[in-house]
Order: sequence, then structure tokens, then C-alpha cells
Amino acid sequence: MKGFIKREDDFGQRNQHLVGLTDEQLKDRFWELVEQIVDPLLDLANKNTSPAIERSVLLRMGFSSLEAQPLVNGAIDRGLINHGVGHVIYRIAKEKNLDIRTAGLELLEGKHWDDAALIFKGGK
Amino acid sequence: MKALEINQKIDVKEILQDLENYRPKRRGWTWREKSEKQVYGPFEFSDMSTPLKNYIPMPAAQYFGNIDPQPNNTITTEIASGRFEDDIRRMRMAAWHGADHIMVIRTAGQSHFDGLIEGTPQGIGGVAISRKQVRAHRKALDLIEDEVGRPINYHSYVSGVAGPDVAVMLAEEGVNGAHQDPQYNVLYRNINMVRSFVDAAESKKVMSWAQMAQIDGAHNANATAREAWKVMPELMVQHGINSLYSFKVGMPKANIALSTVPPTSSPAPCVKLDLPYAVALRDLFTEYKMRAQMNTKYITSSSREATVTHVMNMMISRMTSADIQSTITPDEGRNVPWHMYNIEACNTAKQTLVGLDGLMDMIELKSDGYLRDKARELKERAVLYLEEIINAGGYFNAVEQGFFVDSGMYPERNGDGIGRKIDGGVGAGSVYERAADYMAPVTAHYGYNNVAQYDPSAVENPSKLIDGCTFEKPEKIVYIDELDENDNVNVRMAESEKYRGPHGDAQFVKPEVQWLGDGVVQVEIMLPVALRTAQYAAIEFAKKMNLKDVEVIHIEQMHLVEGTRVQLKGVLDMDLDLTKLVIPPEPEVMSDDEIREEFDVHPIKIVAGTVGQDEHSVGLREVIDIKHGGIEKYGCDVEYLGTSVPIEKLVDAAIEMNADVILASTIISHDDVHYKNMKRIHEYAVEKGVRDRFIICAGGTQVTAEVARENGMDEGFGRYDRGVNVATFLVKTRREKRNK
Repeated sequence: MKGFIKREDDFGQRNQHLVGLTDEQLKDRFWELVEQIVDPLLDLANKNTSPAIERSVLLRMGFSSLEAQPLVNGAIDRGLINHGVGHVIYRIAKEKNLDIRTAGLELLEGKHWDDAALIFKGGK
Repeated sequence: MKALEINQKIDVKEILQDLENYRPKRRGWTWREKSEKQVYGPFEFSDMSTPLKNYIPMPAAQYFGNIDPQPNNTITTEIASGRFEDDIRRMRMAAWHGADHIMVIRTAGQSHFDGLIEGTPQGIGGVAISRKQVRAHRKALDLIEDEVGRPINYHSYVSGVAGPDVAVMLAEEGVNGAHQDPQYNVLYRNINMVRSFVDAAESKKVMSWAQMAQIDGAHNANATAREAWKVMPELMVQHGINSLYSFKVGMPKANIALSTVPPTSSPAPCVKLDLPYAVALRDLFTEYKMRAQMNTKYITSSSREATVTHVMNMMISRMTSADIQSTITPDEGRNVPWHMYNIEACNTAKQTLVGLDGLMDMIELKSDGYLRDKARELKERAVLYLEEIINAGGYFNAVEQGFFVDSGMYPERNGDGIGRKIDGGVGAGSVYERAADYMAPVTAHYGYNNVAQYDPSAVENPSKLIDGCTFEKPEKIVYIDELDENDNVNVRMAESEKYRGPHGDAQFVKPEVQWLGDGVVQVEIMLPVALRTAQYAAIEFAKKMNLKDVEVIHIEQMHLVEGTRVQLKGVLDMDLDLTKLVIPPEPEVMSDDEIREEFDVHPIKIVAGTVGQDEHSVGLREVIDIKHGGIEKYGCDVEYLGTSVPIEKLVDAAIEMNADVILASTIISHDDVHYKNMKRIHEYAVEKGVRDRFIICAGGTQVTAEVARENGMDEGFGRYDRGVNVATFLVKTRREKRNK
């Protein structure tokens, strides 16, 4: 069908290495294994961002959902999202001596993107 | 906003006013706590939580002084009408019946909406979760919780491709709990798995800041699996992954709840399957919270059957534990929940959990044998499952290889699981590696954040860089009212204005199951024919009752041919002008204690019988018999002469026994024989010279007080009168006589 594994219930053989464990040891083993599974996922989350995460940052910075969406898309289009979209706005605000909201709204109008590209990519 | 008046409807228009400036009055989840008060009426309880200030007790409470003890479990009700403005009234009803966790189901399709929904468009099978909607609900609940005297947790959903956006909005708006589980996105919404886990960490971090309780999504595996009882090892794996992921992001274990479901349902030997599973889960997840969902996989359109399943599931909750007891409405198997079924479900939970109070002080689960062996087996199967995930190269590979929601009882595998591609699904390719200078100047942001490049002192508090974010300064939140001028709450409310009135106090009323003025009624018909005939015949009957849009919502054989029970719904498209409705004044009744005391001090003797050629006995027996709550319970001495008692015999017996009262029942009304009977009793008593010695009353389905008095009786009692009405009259009349 989908090419996924089909297998009879072999629990009676497969569990042999677990039979000798106490309930407490079995519980510890359960959580150790879960930890091995979630740690790489947490590492991934630590190192990456996404449009939704960036929008959620902008919401917290005082932008509406209607503003956050095009700002994030603007940053993606210009290859800037990996610096943080909130960061881009923060930096433009600093450079241009604007408050955060004004900086964001001016970016929405299409202003300052070239400067942003220069700031974040120019140094490379 | 002013407090609610218990006798006034909640004013939805006022809730919606000035929303742009409303701030929730508190944040975070509230668990129920064991109360000092454990004595209610004549009973001592073991484990009740803080009682409510205002409540509606369960029906049988009338026998126990209207006590309403509240169990120690948070009780959830799920509301899904699609119109949040109408859900507000249901929340108030549910809170009065003991719900303190209100979950408003979100509209189909919101998971795939890449951003926040704004405004108040109508939803399907739920509401569009938007800031305005959430704020209005939290505002209403802030009032309702003051009214009932207990914090009410408001719950929503942090899933889909806009999880972090939604999490922030919910945190800002004081939402107290949410579903959050990236596995739900991956398996059931086909949202890219990498994106789902990356987003989930941010969402969970935000939820932790807001002290929200989290419920995972594992119950969906139960509802999706082909044979739900075989998915138990996997459920433990799913719970484990989401729980530990959440804890490691920073959420306290005390706010992480497993959404657990007894996997099966009678006529399966469900306790035999479900109890070992419940025990195994609680063995493994000792520090986490349990949210006991009821089984929905095997729910049908029978509300009776769903209720029994619910009760059996709660038996397991009581035998193990349940911090949150969910209530699926008993009509969920046939339509989105209606008001009255939310209340039924809350009452089922309260009734069962209160009734099973102290159960585990009396019994214990065996520490060996079948129960423990089975639980152990399930845990071992779960551990084997985890081992194979790791051998497969981790979670993502396991999903790709169709590990999850396979219909086999692991390690059995049937090759029919839900497989997703690492680089597939909604939102694939939308995850970006953070650069070395990546920075986000906000609170509760998960992961790498190079704040130090601007201000090393802001590392612990990144929003310092922008002088506080919306979490510290809610005035920075941008509120959007409406985006669609046709699809919004104002338009919907204008349509039902006739039934809402200026402040919820309309002159006109119409039947309702979920939306104001929806006109929907439920009709139950038993037809002495076979199922399929009954199905179509019942629809014709409903049409003849003037119902529109008739649908069969439940049908059940009584026998192959002898009979079929049909429940239907339809729209009764008419309303009533309440100003023209004639409502007789409520009869005055005394308390049981007052009546008892009176009869104790002034004993009373009553002679009763059904008079004339009349064999009816039920009504009179209900008025008399202690078994039916009749006047005997007040300590009256009642001589019941039976049916078809001649008038003369009734009066003569009263004379002979030196009675104080004659109660004559007269049911048959053909040719006004009931009037004539009353008149003859009166006249015979006058003839005998004893009329003044007796209080003489007549009762019957066609008797009214006015007609009885016109025909010489001291009082008459009709079809709605009970023992207490008769007793109240007797006490009052005798007091008057004594005072003369």
C-alpha cells in the first residue's frame, strides 16, 4: 500500500531485554528514550526561525497581525529573515532615529529596505 | 463594566462595547483546591472543592436541601456553535452548573490559516478564534466568574501554521489554557513537521510565560485509529514526546496535561482494556497532570449511550486520577453541541464525580495480577516503540516511515499508519536557520537570541531593548475590530435583534438550541413499525407538526417490526409575544419543616378516596403516599378508602373516624360529573350537619380551584398540584380557623 512495514506482534520476543527491569527502571528507560527523541528537535528549534515565529515577535513589538504579515514577507523576499525581522525593524529604528512602530510602518511603505540589506548583508 | 445581576440576562451588546480598551483581569490557569468545607446538608464528603456562590444544583438535590458540592476535578465544557456571541450565554449556563474550564472549539480550516484571523466571521463547527472574539469571551467570563464565585479557565488552540502568532495573542488576552502539540499538526493537519516543531517551541515558551495550562493532542490518535484500543502504546509515546518537549522549553510539569482517553467502549469489555491503560499512564507520567477526555471514537447518535460511556469513563477517572475532567456532550454523535447538552454533560460529570467521592478510601486497585500485568505490558510496548523510533533515525524519520496511527498494537504493524514527508506538507521549506546576529527584542522568545550585541544587560530581558513589549505594556497591543463588513457579529446580531432586545430582555421568544432565534426543536416519536418505515414516517409527522428542515437525528429499533424510536430536529418558525402570555401566579408552598412542625403540634386526620364510578387512583396516591412525596411524609394520618367510593361512604367514614379533612379525587369529567360530585359531597355534609367540622377538598386533572370553590369545596387541586400544595393549604386553613 504505502510501503510501510507490516509485522506480526512479536512482543514476546522483542521485550526480552526489558523483562528483568523493575517498574522504576522501565520508567527511567521510557524517559531516557523520550529525551533522546526530543533533544534533537529542541536543538532544531533553538537554531531556526519561521514566518510564524517572526510574526509573533512583531505582534509583541506592537504591530498588528495585518502589519506583521507583510513585514515578515518583506524580510523573506530580501533574504533578511534569518537575522530576525524584529531585529531589522529595531536596527532601522536605531539608524534612522525612529521609534519602533514608525520604523516598521515606514518599512511597510517600502522605505529603508535597501539600508537594511546593506546593514545585514553588506558587512559580509 | 457592572456586575451581573443573577435575574438579568447577560447583555452581549454591552460585552462588545469598548472592547478595544478591555484588559483581562488576571492571567494563568487555576486548579480547583480541596475546600475546608466538606459537610453539605446531612453528609460529610471527603474531597470536595470550594463551593460556588451561585449555582444550579442537580435535579435530585431537591431531596437534600439543594446542596451542590463541587468535585475536586476541573470540569470542562466544549462549546462549538460557530457564533461566539451566542456562546456567551451558554458559558454562563455552564458555569452555574459547575463548569470551570470553557473550551471554545475553533472553526474548521483555521489550522491552515497563515496568520491571525481578525474580526468575527462566522465559523463552521466552531468559531474563528480572533482577538476580538477571545477578548469578548474573556470579558464575559470575568463577569461570570465573579457571579459564580470561582475562577473560570478559558481555553483555546495553539496549533496550525500560525501557532506562535496565536500563542502571543492568547497570552496577551489572558487565555488560561490551550491545546498545543506539534504532533497534531504533523499527523492530522499535514503541516510540515520541521516547521511544526520549530514553531511549537516558541508557542510553548509564550504559553509558559502566560502560565497557561497545556493539553496535548494525543486523544486524536484514539479517535483516528482503526481499532482505538490498539493505539495505546503509541499514545504513551505521543504523550511522552509532547510532555518532555514542553518541559524542556520551560513549561512547568504542573501545567502540562495529558489528554487521555479510555480507548474503548462497551459492549467491548472496556474497563478491562481501559483501566490497565489508565494505570500504566499514571505510572509513567507521575509529575504531569491528567486531563481525562471521554471516549468519542465509539460515540453514536444515542445520547443515552454516550452518557453511560461518560459515566463509565469517569469511574476510571475516580479509580486513578483526573485533574481535568472533560465532558463531551451526549449529542456530539449527531450534531454540534446544543446548549442543553452542554449542561447535561456538566451535570453528568458533577453527578458522577460527587457520587463517587471517597471511592478510593474504600477500595483499592490490586497490586498484582491481570491489572498490573497488562499495565506493565503496555509500558514495555511503549518503550519498544521508542527504541524503534531511535533506531529509525529519530522522530522525523519515524513519521516518514508511517510509525504513527498504525492500526496494529505495537510492535505489531499493519502498514497503514499516517506517513508524512520531512520536506512535505503545508509550510514546507519555511524554516530558516538563525544567523549569528539573529535577534528578537521580546519576552518569552525561545532559542538563540543575540541580544548581547546591543546590550549585555538585556540578555535576561530582551524587551528592555524596546522599552518593554506587549507582555509588559499591553497598551502596545494593536486591536483590530472588524475586517469584513458583511460577515461579522454586528450583522448577525441585527438579524436576531427581535429576540435579543435592547439589553437581552426581548419581548419575543423563540425556541433555541444554539443560536438566538434559531427555532430548532427536538421531537421524539415512537412508531409501531420497522426501522426504515419509521424513519420516513417520522419525518412526515414532523412536517405535519409544522416543522421545517426536518432531520432524523437518532433512530433505534425497539424490535424488528414492533416498534422504532425516532428523534428528530426541525425548525419551528414562529415566536411568542411574552407580553401576551398569561402566567398564573405561583402557588405559595411552605417548607417541609414548617408543615411537619404544624402537624406534629396539631395532629391531623384525613380521609381520602376517588369518588363516584371512577377507578383512577394514581393522582390521589401521589398526593397521599409517602413513596411519591405525598402528604404522609409530613406525619398526617391518612385513611385511603380506594376508588369508586360512594359520596355518602366518604363523608360517613370521615364522621366515624373523627377526621379533620376529606380529600375527594374526581377524575372523570364526562357530562361534568366531577362538578356534580363536588356539589353532592358538600350538600351531603350539610345535610348531616357536619360541613363545618371538615375541610373538604377535591382534586383531579380537570379540577381547578375556582370550579371547586363554586361547587362547595374549600379548595380544589389540579394536575400540577402535589402533596406539598395540599399540605400548605391545610396548614393555612387550620391556622385561620384556630385564630378565629
